[in-house]
Amino acid sequence: MAKEQHAYEEFMKGLWRENPVFVQVLGLCPLLAVTNSAINGLAMGLASFFVLLGSSILVSLLKKHIPKQVRISCFIIIIATFVTVVDYSLAAMLPVLHKELGAFIPLIVCNCLILGRMEAFASRNTLRMSIADAFGMGAGFLYALVALGGAREILGVGEFFGISLFGPNFDPWVIMILPPGGFITLGVMLLFFNWIEQRKINLDKQIAAEEGAN
Amino acid sequence: MSEDKLEQDPGPEEPSPIRLIGTLAVAGLVSGVIIVAIYLATFETIKENKARELRESVFRVLPNVTKMQKLLLKEGKLVVSYEEEKDEKPIYAGYDDSNKFMGYAIPSDGPGFADTISVLYGYRPSDRKVIGMWILASRETPGLGDKIYKDAAFVANFDDLAIEPPIVATKKGKSKPNEIDAITGATISSVAVAKIINKGNDYWASKLKPGMAPAYEEPVAPAASPEAEEAQAQ
Repeated sequence: MAKEQHAYEEFMKGLWRENPVFVQVLGLCPLLAVTNSAINGLAMGLASFFVLLGSSILVSLLKKHIPKQVRISCFIIIIATFVTVVDYSLAAMLPVLHKELGAFIPLIVCNCLILGRMEAFASRNTLRMSIADAFGMGAGFLYALVALGGAREILGVGEFFGISLFGPNFDPWVIMILPPGGFITLGVMLLFFNWIEQRKINLDKQIAAEEGAN
Repeated sequence: MSEDKLEQDPGPEEPSPIRLIGTLAVAGLVSGVIIVAIYLATFETIKENKARELRESVFRVLPNVTKMQKLLLKEGKLVVSYEEEKDEKPIYAGYDDSNKFMGYAIPSDGPGFADTISVLYGYRPSDRKVIGMWILASRETPGLGDKIYKDAAFVANFDDLAIEPPIVATKKGKSKPNEIDAITGATISSVAVAKIINKGNDYWASKLKPGMAPAYEEPVAPAASPEAEEAQAQ
């Protein structure tokens, strides 16, 4: 039961407390590049999720057989193999989306979030924990991508997942789907996350002070 | 087993170079086998996707066309080509239901605002007119430059366009048969499309004379390709 709780913790930390985008600020290159629409964010998130999960399982299973001197190269080979599988599968099954994401699918190989999880977690933990961690981090990255893509698409095009929201009279805020819009949106979201974090810290301090006064 | 060994011998034991090379070699080999397997497994589908995309683009730039075939210019004559290899400048002839020749779809590319723009445009040699335009690939600015294919009014500029004198993109409202209306805020992209079509015409317009198009040939599985026969047998 205690172990169950532990795996759950590992899963939850990726969603909020150690969210790869909003807290660790990792993997920003694909994040900023492809999130000009919610569907692109979703596709990129799912592709990264699959690569992260597959690589975590493999690295965790093989960790005893990989000498530490060559571990980074081995991780990269494992990640690159999964990325190639995703790349070809997407090209075969969803060619339109594949064209839209372009070079950013192969570039998942050098997403520092994935290599980071291999080095910091999967290569040091059991299979079970690694799967929980990959699920949490993958899901955290996924919802960050969809949130950013969704916000930019709503403001910059007036649509969400291609569905028009405001009717024909809406004048889209074009800058939001251009690169600066990515930075602005991400900045606002980071601000929000930090504000919540700060509020929590202040609240804790207040409680501690009150307890001290009593 | 190996865990026990680790506990007994915590010293910084260096793995032999053979072991290091061996690990990487095995990893590379396994990875190679998987990559080749997924490549082979998806190859046919990806090829079909590309062929379908091209067919749809050709039908888009040539109105009323339901059939197409690839043509190559060899010694001043247009010959039908089935080959899948990288060709030197192919064009596509479009035919209607009754196999009547309707026009050529000509690919052309050139620099845009962000990156190379690949254009496919329909050309009718009988009255020397561009009759349709479609962007095959571009990385123009979303919301501005990408209107060259998202803005129906801009695309419609090319539905009936004279090619002589060369096409001009104008901001003042088109008044001549060879003019198109440039998109506000995306003048560079608009001019680029006009230039790319002019470039295609520079090469092709003098070569494509009326009545030169070969008759439509029903596609038969080329006998030279045993793979295709095999696929049909299955």
